[in-house]
Amino acid sequence: MFNRLSLASKTATLVTAALLGTTMLSGAAFAQSTVKAVMHSGLRVLDPVITTAHITRNHAYMIYDVLIAQDSEFQPQPQMADWTVSDDMLTYTFTLRNGLTFHDGAPVTAADVVASLNRWGQKDAGGQVIMDRTASLEATDDTTVTWTLTEPFVPMLDVLSKQSALPPFIMPARIAETSADEAITEYVGSGPFRFVEAEFQPGLMVVYEKFDDYVPRDEPADWMAGGKVVNVDRVEWVNMPDIQTAVNALSGGEVDYVEAMQVDLIPLLEGDPNVVVETREPTGMQTMTRMNFLHPPFDNQQVRQAALKAIQQEPVLAAMVGNPEYYSVCGAILGCGTPLASDAQAETLTQGGGADEARALLEEAGYDGTPVVLMAPTDMVALATQPVVVSQMLREAGFEVELQPMDWQTLVTRRASQAAPAEGGWNIFITNWMVPEISNPISNPMLNGRGSDAWFGWPEDETIEALKEDFIDAETPEAQVEVAQQIQTHALDNGLLIPLGQYTLPQARRATITAMIQSPVPVFWGMQKAE
Amino acid sequence: MLGYILRRILAVIPVMLLVAVFVFLLLRLTPGDPAAIIAGDMATPAQLDRIREAMGLNQPLHIQFVTWVGQLLRGDLGVSLISNTPVATMVADRIGPTFSIAILTIIMSVAMAVPMGVLAAWKHRSAADYAVMTFSVLGFSVPVFVIGYIFILIFSLQLGWFPVQGYTPIGSGFGAFLSNAFLPALTLSTIYIALIARMTRANMLEVLGEDYIRTARAKGAPERTVLFRHALKNAAVPILTVIGSGFALLIGGVVVTETVFNIPGIGRLTVDAILARDYPVIQAMILLTSFLYVLVNLLIDLSYSFFDPRIRY
Repeated sequence: MFNRLSLASKTATLVTAALLGTTMLSGAAFAQSTVKAVMHSGLRVLDPVITTAHITRNHAYMIYDVLIAQDSEFQPQPQMADWTVSDDMLTYTFTLRNGLTFHDGAPVTAADVVASLNRWGQKDAGGQVIMDRTASLEATDDTTVTWTLTEPFVPMLDVLSKQSALPPFIMPARIAETSADEAITEYVGSGPFRFVEAEFQPGLMVVYEKFDDYVPRDEPADWMAGGKVVNVDRVEWVNMPDIQTAVNALSGGEVDYVEAMQVDLIPLLEGDPNVVVETREPTGMQTMTRMNFLHPPFDNQQVRQAALKAIQQEPVLAAMVGNPEYYSVCGAILGCGTPLASDAQAETLTQGGGADEARALLEEAGYDGTPVVLMAPTDMVALATQPVVVSQMLREAGFEVELQPMDWQTLVTRRASQAAPAEGGWNIFITNWMVPEISNPISNPMLNGRGSDAWFGWPEDETIEALKEDFIDAETPEAQVEVAQQIQTHALDNGLLIPLGQYTLPQARRATITAMIQSPVPVFWGMQKAE
Repeated sequence: MLGYILRRILAVIPVMLLVAVFVFLLLRLTPGDPAAIIAGDMATPAQLDRIREAMGLNQPLHIQFVTWVGQLLRGDLGVSLISNTPVATMVADRIGPTFSIAILTIIMSVAMAVPMGVLAAWKHRSAADYAVMTFSVLGFSVPVFVIGYIFILIFSLQLGWFPVQGYTPIGSGFGAFLSNAFLPALTLSTIYIALIARMTRANMLEVLGEDYIRTARAKGAPERTVLFRHALKNAAVPILTVIGSGFALLIGGVVVTETVFNIPGIGRLTVDAILARDYPVIQAMILLTSFLYVLVNLLIDLSYSFFDPRIRY
């Protein structure tokens, strides 16, 4: 029988059966107003306490709310709660506003806030400093949280309101009681959007729906502060690993928003009247170099200083970004455009001309030509070019540089190794930070001078620790700025990092998307979509 | 034949065991740390170590291996270290797009390549032959992402006939599926058309020179019958091999095409898992791919006897 069937009909039968037998995904029903966004990365980790990944933080801002939030002046503002501070600066009382409800219908209580803050305080660098000074953190009643410190901590509200990296998001107590080293498995917040777990595909797509019971504040939205008024019914984050595909999809009207545009692809969209390309917010990102203090040659301060003098930011940024409209030289370790910014000690970085000084310093330090192992990630567009340019500048100043290409995963594993470079360790690597997350000396990882407990590179630096104590004790903004300048000078003098400049993050949207809020974190409240 | 099939299926077990050991060791010897991906850039070494401990990555290798094999024997592929999602769910979500686009690609490739190859052989050294060979060289030489972008530019952005990206399952309607799947399948087809057309041409040329073809023509058989009944059927075995291995390659994941057209297939799943060192997902994907290769090869071997009755098992 089978043999008698014609080849074509046999093939057709097999093919139809095979096609129909494939997994069938149910198509999503589109709500009236759906915004499709291509984010900078796929969402895979859903716990905003266990990771500092920006995509997870962005997700958390969708579904969770925060106690207090930062405005565009870097000032803390009430969000879920108002606060009062006792005259002796030891007691902070937070009062939850009315109408706060979790997505499961339960009211937000002070006990939820306490549990969430306790979990956050175990992981966040700033939170750990606060917890070290905490006498008690308790729910005085259903809507009041009383936080008592053992000694004043002036940047308390700055740390609690920061937007990165690990803002204290508020979860139900039953979820927040999960160990801080294990990921949560239930995703219930009280934020303006509800997470649609049934449609979540890790690394591919995440769906949010407007939370109808969310009560926004009355103030206008300003950065992460103010009223989170949601004007769309549904938001879909679609991950597209190829930015060219995202640009094509935006041109074709298949998506509404691309969070992270690659600068060299912007010309493709410039003539399109249906698309708007813009800078999301002015501070952007800092790219910077970190040296390993444990091993030669960078265990010598003079050699670290020589490296700093050898590097000039402009060529690095030109290679990395290309279009000067989207980058700027900036010697401030806390980021230009921030309240504590200072560019002391950074003249050669921003203006060049330090190569001779670098050579002299190397000679004085007795540099013996020990090769410098520079780890170069080749699979991260935002980090691929800097190592090449930096290595050339170091060579020109007299360093022997061994540029070692690797994938980012290998780099993040290897940078945790304290072994000598020849035995699987390293000397130098480059990474990028969002400016708001490095704008405060307390939470800036590069300014941790606690040796083996410090961030990768492990500087043992008592001076920076003492300066941070001074910063914590500074009682006025002017005094803080003064200490921050000393921190800047010392950090560059000791080579805690070498800032390579700042660049902004262009985003692209369909012209039908309006009223987007300028913010370092892409947010979907405020936004409107014309049909 | 049944005995042959059984023997082949039993032979899968040691193959899969070897693959499992090899994959497990290879992954553990590769630098990389899923805990670092989860913890993010700001985590200190001490925090990383605590996360590793919680994920069981600090356990000795042999304990990790035994735990994994135990899970496999219970039919449990494990849970993603990164997203905490069961690996079986992730694979089930992703295999549909890859499978359906692979089938569509093979249909389109065979539908175009076999007639092209037959034509080229039949009209040997004619303009048609040169045209087919030129297409084959181009199809083989131009990278698939370039072809994909060109098709998107022409058919999606200029003509607006197809969406730029995305995937719609067949369950949402065959038209909608085809609308999304046509361009990626066409893009993938170019290389397979080139391959199959060349293979068909070469085998047809050989067969067309055989005595029995001359005999068939001498007996007055129509040219169509000579070509498709006598020649093509005898040239089919090597062509089938190419089609089968092509299909296995497609199922193994065509990550570039999946990326260019934003198709949520298993190629991307595998690459994402490798970049994140998501061990359970990588292990499951490699095991699955190996199993599919073995299965496809078995099916190809069995299909030989269908086209060539002289082959018996």
